Amino acid sequence: MKKLILALLLLAGPAFAVGLPSDMLPDPAQEQRARSIGRELRCMVCQNESIEESQASLARDLRLIVRERVAAGDSDQAVIRYIHDRYGDFVLLRPPFNLATLALWGMPVLALGAGLMGILLLRRRAATAEPAPLSPEEQARLAALEKDPTA
Amino acid sequence: MSLTSRRALMLAPLGLAVAGGAGFYGMLRGMGTGSYDPRGVPSVLIGRAPPDFTLPPLAGSGKPAFAAAELRDLPSPVLVNYWASWCVPCIIEHPQLMRLSREGVPVWGINYKDKPQDAGAFLTRHGDPFARLAADESGRVAIDWGVYGVPETYFIDRQGIIRWRWAGPVTPEVLDGDIRPLLRRYA
Repeated sequence: MKKLILALLLLAGPAFAVGLPSDMLPDPAQEQRARSIGRELRCMVCQNESIEESQASLARDLRLIVRERVAAGDSDQAVIRYIHDRYGDFVLLRPPFNLATLALWGMPVLALGAGLMGILLLRRRAATAEPAPLSPEEQARLAALEKDPTA
Repeated sequence: MSLTSRRALMLAPLGLAVAGGAGFYGMLRGMGTGSYDPRGVPSVLIGRAPPDFTLPPLAGSGKPAFAAAELRDLPSPVLVNYWASWCVPCIIEHPQLMRLSREGVPVWGINYKDKPQDAGAFLTRHGDPFARLAADESGRVAIDWGVYGVPETYFIDRQGIIRWRWAGPVTPEVLDGDIRPLLRRYA
């Protein structure tokens, strides 16, 4: 019996999300949508967790607002816009492309460009590094040196 | 490749290191003086009017509450301060709020997720700087303002536009370095 209970508890483990069961929406499809929206939104208190993962009380408040909007029939975009209007770009875990995030999104392109440029420069140097053939005087001096290194 | 451009290329990493060092030094200095917070988040409300809201007064305080309508056409700029009795940094900033209120600067309080009796006890113990005092028990209005932790302080000019937001305690440095210049500028 004990083993059975333990097995059941272990099975139930993943179902324990951060939120209280009473906070969840009765409609599983809507709850699923609310969760996927919540995973896109940063918890402003802990900053490296989404509001779905966070224990902070503000994260719970925002989880409830997301569920309220979903239950009211808002689209995913409308719910995200509702939170974005209040907390700005920082609340989005996937930052939008705009002037302030230009450097962020442009960095891979810049890094790739710098790498390609480096390769090109190195190859050009290798191509031009072919030394000019020795002049007759140099050849004569080389021959002399080969015969007598002290010359 | 000419000699000068080769020399310039050799100096480029040095230049980058110097620029990076200067930037890093600036950040560290700012963190030391409190003018730069790496975890700080800009408010979307800067340059805008506060969101529409109405809140009840804090029970037992005897102070009038306020709504968005009261934050328009003001005789002087107003500081709106989100606080709670359970908030430790609020104790740190309290002397600065008291000072501002003694100097005649209107400080309007929004008591955040608090019990009225706890909030009242806090004000009895540390002093009451608030000209108006509203209670946001659920924290819903705070979310509309984009508040993500108490204390937070907003500077509202006479036209009712939010000019500045400070997330964290108002230290003497913030008072002298930010709030006083704002009061002069928007007087």
